[in-house]
Amino acid sequence: MAMNSTGRGDTRPIDTHQPHTATGQITTFTANRGLQIEEALIFEQGQRGRTAVDLPEPPAIKSRLGSVKPRKDIGLPGLSEPQVIRHYTRLSQKNFAIDAGFYPLGSCTMKHNPRLNEAMARLPGFADIHPLQPISTVQGALEAIDSLAHWLLTLTGMAAIAMSPGAGAHGEQCGMIAIRAALEARGDKRVRVLVPESAHGTNPATAAALGYVVDSIPATADGRVDLDALKAKLGPDVAAIMLTNPNTCGLFERDIVEIARLIHEAGALFYCDGANFNAIVGRVRPADLGIDAMHINLHKTFSTPHGGGGPGAGPVVLSEALAPYAPASAVVKGPNGFTLVEHAEGESFGRMKAFAGQMGMFTRALTYILSHGADGLLQASSDAVLNANYVLASLKDVMSPAFDGPCMHEALFDDHFLKDTGVTTLDFAKAMLDEGYHPMTVYFPLVVHGAMLIEPTESEPKESLDLFIATLANLAARAKSGDAAHFTGAPRLTPRRRLDETNAARKPVLRWRPTEVLDEAAE
Amino acid sequence: MRYLPLTGNDRRGMLARIGVGSVDALFEDVPKSAWRSQPIEGLPSHAGELDVERRMKALAAKNLPAGSVPFFVGAGAYRHHVPAAVDHLIQRGEFLTSYTPYQPEVSQGTLQYLFEFQTQVALLTGMDVANASMYDGSTACGEAVMMANRVTRRSRAILSGGLHPHYAEVTRTQARWTNFTAVDASADIDGNEDLAALIDGETSCVVVQNPSVFGHVRDLSSLAEACHAKGALLIVVVTEIMSLGLLSPPGEMGADIVVAEGQSIGNALNFGGPYVGLFATREKYMRQMPGRLCGETVDADGRRGWVLTLSTREQHIRREKATSNICTNSGLCALAFTIHLSLLGEAGLARLAQLNHATAVTLADRLAKIPGITVINDSFFNEFTVRLSKGAAGIVEELATRKILGGVPVSRLIAGKPALDNLLLVAATETTTQGHIDALAAAFEDIL
Ligand SMILES: Cc1ncc(COP(=O)(O)O)c(C=O)c1O
Repeated sequence: MAMNSTGRGDTRPIDTHQPHTATGQITTFTANRGLQIEEALIFEQGQRGRTAVDLPEPPAIKSRLGSVKPRKDIGLPGLSEPQVIRHYTRLSQKNFAIDAGFYPLGSCTMKHNPRLNEAMARLPGFADIHPLQPISTVQGALEAIDSLAHWLLTLTGMAAIAMSPGAGAHGEQCGMIAIRAALEARGDKRVRVLVPESAHGTNPATAAALGYVVDSIPATADGRVDLDALKAKLGPDVAAIMLTNPNTCGLFERDIVEIARLIHEAGALFYCDGANFNAIVGRVRPADLGIDAMHINLHKTFSTPHGGGGPGAGPVVLSEALAPYAPASAVVKGPNGFTLVEHAEGESFGRMKAFAGQMGMFTRALTYILSHGADGLLQASSDAVLNANYVLASLKDVMSPAFDGPCMHEALFDDHFLKDTGVTTLDFAKAMLDEGYHPMTVYFPLVVHGAMLIEPTESEPKESLDLFIATLANLAARAKSGDAAHFTGAPRLTPRRRLDETNAARKPVLRWRPTEVLDEAAE
Repeated sequence: MRYLPLTGNDRRGMLARIGVGSVDALFEDVPKSAWRSQPIEGLPSHAGELDVERRMKALAAKNLPAGSVPFFVGAGAYRHHVPAAVDHLIQRGEFLTSYTPYQPEVSQGTLQYLFEFQTQVALLTGMDVANASMYDGSTACGEAVMMANRVTRRSRAILSGGLHPHYAEVTRTQARWTNFTAVDASADIDGNEDLAALIDGETSCVVVQNPSVFGHVRDLSSLAEACHAKGALLIVVVTEIMSLGLLSPPGEMGADIVVAEGQSIGNALNFGGPYVGLFATREKYMRQMPGRLCGETVDADGRRGWVLTLSTREQHIRREKATSNICTNSGLCALAFTIHLSLLGEAGLARLAQLNHATAVTLADRLAKIPGITVINDSFFNEFTVRLSKGAAGIVEELATRKILGGVPVSRLIAGKPALDNLLLVAATETTTQGHIDALAAAFEDIL
């Protein structure tokens, strides 16, 4: 098969039946393995007095530090520049990344991060301006924010936008506060928020933090909101529904217009989690589905890099009814250029975050939109959906799709195909690591047993998908053939093998301490 | 389109395997009424790098970069020199284009730097433990108050009048919508407020910034004692983290939670974001912290490694019972922080902090000689408050026309208080030269 002709078939370990002999019998003096270098913590490497930054002698002054004691020993290590560069270069080599391989992490949208976007965000005109310098000196920045806001509104069809939230979860909070503010403004104290069982954890966490009782709605057998259950739960105490669309099963909520109607009829509002907006950009305007608020993860749909966990940006689009409650700061276009409303005025619900938003993410997202253009944005969402369906169709007979029919931008499988093999979803994911793939999202959404959520994104070429499909088919066959040990002992070829998470949580060690301190503590 | 690898041929073949005639067929679940009737209004077709670069550069050119002029703006974001190595390293694709380290076996790079970051933050603040970052200092501040409410099971927070007004607004917004009380002290211009008297048996915490937004530096030990005597927590906010290279840390003053803006180390001004929120506390409150935590462990072969831990606090496990809804944080900005601080080391940080302070003292002494300017602070680190003989907002605009970015008018941060109209916050860092100071002084002498 194709695998051998591409040379990848040989990456399998020789000792597949001996889970405890991880990487063959070869031991080295250093414990390094070729390019994989064991790297100590920065604190274990430095020496006092060394520094990688040459600074001038501070001028002699009379100190003005008041009654505060001067700083004593901090305990930071001292290193030269070559040491620091080598340390972090070595650390980087222990990471999987989109740049290096296929990363089909469902719901996270690991698409290619164009480098032009990085370069544009670093232009001194964007990177070296202060959020509080005079408005007259940042007109280009405000224009960039306004321009991005314009395109996001055009793409969603909504009336208004709050740009300041720091990521998706922060956007949820922003949108849900706007909803609560609007309800309270009409004297309506509602206490319940409906959240489908399949929702991302941030949804119930957001609603609960605002004092709402979270009431979960079950899914139907085809992975959508159960309309009858929804109707039964609706009542005068329901403030809102928080619904992801396309949903976290990778499916379009086909009754969404009806859901919106029912929600509004009950006097409640519709918060849409827009984490999966990337599937429908340029094709569907969320406003036409009847939603009231939705966050957009710029770090997903508009490809600002995930950076190992952040930063992101979570602008929130709002309906006409919610617009007055939007938080500060807001960019406003006036006759004499752009201004920034920095204080919550009128019905504005307050402020989410200092300053005016994640500018560095805005410039990247704007660059992305201009690069793709109208045709490219539509093609991107179409290709994302095509790629996911291609994976789904190609694996439907060897793995077990969670639901029938086409999917949106991600394909969801359950662990039925692993039944009686002794291999779990986690084991299967870990075996993928040895094959050189980052696993899909596992065990999410919760509505599917042993969930495996595969999001290829539009960035992946067909050749790459074909090899991935062949690999998964091979692994599935291997699991079914009774070779559980291959999976339960995986991964064997990664910088580390399975890590002991139980003990990590039982006796948390969250920081390095000098050995003298540890010794003292032990005495 | 350069980012899209599928060819027409690929697409046809793939549709055939799926068994549909067109991509549109895959969207059969979308109600027909919701299909976009026309292409994206007003957006041109895809464009090459050169074209996009021209458009973005035209926007950037309408801004006045801090580095091109004498620059004295601070108030929660500071212009420092970031060594070239930092940006080089954080742009390595292995850091830039990875996700949250959910698969630790192939994320040891991210996890190890997070462990280093947590350690550095704990050391700098003088606290036991720190998390793997928040969005920024202001949101970390709001989260700290909510954590104090959980720890104390009380719901009344006292906000110092020296707290950055944006931080206070974020916290008040949290208070209003998550149902706790935030008590505001009035603007502490002179740095001598006494918050101890406001603490009562319902108080969950006192939030105080050091140096304050007006620049004053205070020993908070007695405030900490006053808090603890009433069963409340002391939350110390630091918006200029570089100050901890010179000042005794909040942990030594008795703080229970320290939150800070980490932008000053490793990160550019970026017009306000992305930045990196630091969050540190005492060991005993560890399990009440928001956000991700990285912990040490061993792998199946007994080798040391790192994992995300204590995730039973977090939204993806606890859902509506989570300590916070935060998911994405500021990972890459935390990496920039960690690399810059590693480059500085103990000796470098101490000297850099001293350089900042000495430059600010030089600036304050120079400005104090100008008729029409009164320096308000006795104590400060690298930023202080001056009272001008005229409205500060107008003066700052006038300075801008002379290509000097002269500071932050207090009225920009606190609206509707005419008594504050003449106050200006002025900051200096290691990037400030004697020439900049002379230029600002000359302009003030001319205008005032
Ligand atoms: C469906 C869904 N909702 C919300 C979020 C939260 O977004 P963020 O991580 O940007 O806060 C995520 C991200 O993982 C998600 O997948």
